[in-house]
Amino acid sequence: MTITFSQVLIQLLQGFGTTCLLFALTLVMALPLGLIISFGSMSKFKPLKILTKVFIWIIRGAPLMLQVIIVFYVPGLVFNSPMKSRLTAVVIAFVINYACYFSEIFRAGIESISHGQYEAGKVLGMTKSQIFFKVILKQVIKRTVPPMSNEITTLVKDTALARVIMVGEVIKAAQDITAVYGIIWPLFFTGVFYLIFVGILTLVFGAIEKKLSYFKA
Amino acid sequence: MAFLEVKGIRKSFGNTEVLKGIDFDINQGEVLSIIGSSGSGKTTLLRCLNYLETADEGQVYLNGDVIFDAKTIKKESQETIRTHSLNFGMVFQQFNLFPQYTALENVMLAPNQMIPQVLKAKKKEIKLQYKDLPFFKRMKKVTTEVLKYRKYLLDANKETAKELLARVGLKDKMKNYPCELSGGQCQRVAIARALAMRPNILCFDEPTSALDPELTGEVLKVIKELKETTNSTMIIVTHEMEFAKHVSDKVIFMANGVVEEVGTPRQVFDHPKSEKTIAFLKKAVEDTEYEDIRIEEDV
Repeated sequence: MTITFSQVLIQLLQGFGTTCLLFALTLVMALPLGLIISFGSMSKFKPLKILTKVFIWIIRGAPLMLQVIIVFYVPGLVFNSPMKSRLTAVVIAFVINYACYFSEIFRAGIESISHGQYEAGKVLGMTKSQIFFKVILKQVIKRTVPPMSNEITTLVKDTALARVIMVGEVIKAAQDITAVYGIIWPLFFTGVFYLIFVGILTLVFGAIEKKLSYFKA
Repeated sequence: MAFLEVKGIRKSFGNTEVLKGIDFDINQGEVLSIIGSSGSGKTTLLRCLNYLETADEGQVYLNGDVIFDAKTIKKESQETIRTHSLNFGMVFQQFNLFPQYTALENVMLAPNQMIPQVLKAKKKEIKLQYKDLPFFKRMKKVTTEVLKYRKYLLDANKETAKELLARVGLKDKMKNYPCELSGGQCQRVAIARALAMRPNILCFDEPTSALDPELTGEVLKVIKELKETTNSTMIIVTHEMEFAKHVSDKVIFMANGVVEEVGTPRQVFDHPKSEKTIAFLKKAVEDTEYEDIRIEEDV
């Protein structure tokens, strides 16, 4: 049995589509959730703060691969209602995991803003939410772009973990080809997809940094 | 009855009592300077007036109305505190401009945040005005009228901001970001920004302490002009003795959290009664002389 280069490419592209979907869904949901978790970890209400910190500890402390497995199997084993979609399980695990990492980046960003900015807003009669959204947030974004680009680049490659519960992302697609046709090069070729993707992301983050360079914070 | 009356303000941080019962008052249009060595509680007093710190004891009256009472402050709503705090404007030592906004945007930002509240009231009013029209026609009319009014408010705020920046001599720097301005220019933007909320009393917390010596003059000039042209009521915490002497109507000397001496500039600077005031002023004069000598040597 033989397979042509273009056939391989099509199969890999299909897998890469899943990779991109997983990446995009995780990013879109984990960013706002991360911001919310960061508020929890900075809360003045002690029980909430401790609860959040413990949650972050557990999520950051256990391997992401294990979390994917747990999210996929535990509902079926314990609550007798199996996960219907494998992709949903992976997305849930990824969103929670990445939100915790993002939350720490947000916390660092928010806590690094000088207290004077809050005070200036306060004496001008602005409410807490006005101060946060109109004054603080943009400075936080500017400061967190470099660490965020790190995390998000890692996320691109972490999507490969999805195949642990047989989600057909790009590496799974390559392994399937290997299993059927006995050729290994498609597996190596997947690296090109990741490199191009990360290359584009690097350019995007560079552009964001440049766009925000008009002010110093 | 004085315009602003401050009675028995006490404030402790942990076990250190920073303010040990401060009383003073000022009349409308008066300029009050607060002098004293570092750690005497000057800044804390100003921060208590601006609700940035909450005093443990004491009251503040404006025109005879209580605007702060340490006993009841915990029960007050955020909204009430905010309304009261708007009686005071504050200019910080470190300017605290918002770095992502231009000079003009810095001045407009806070007044623009007030617009939604004003619009809400206006919307009710317009709705009543057109209550006879059928639903869709009315909605359309109300929406256009509200949008028109919103634009009018935004334009008005912009005009005011421009005027204020012109008043502090920054007409040609409106579109510049804080990082493109000198320290003196930043501080003048900060003054314009504080004036934009039309405070009854403008507070300055060591407005020139973060500036290079050659830049202090332009900021002090603006403050002096404010006194002369608009008759603003101001409280200035400062280390600039000459400036305090010339611009103030009243001077307070603070030491270790108490008002050690209070009076006209002439009384406090030329005929001080308290030992502590005499020692402080002597040291301040020596420091300036020392600086003069150094400058001469440099030349």
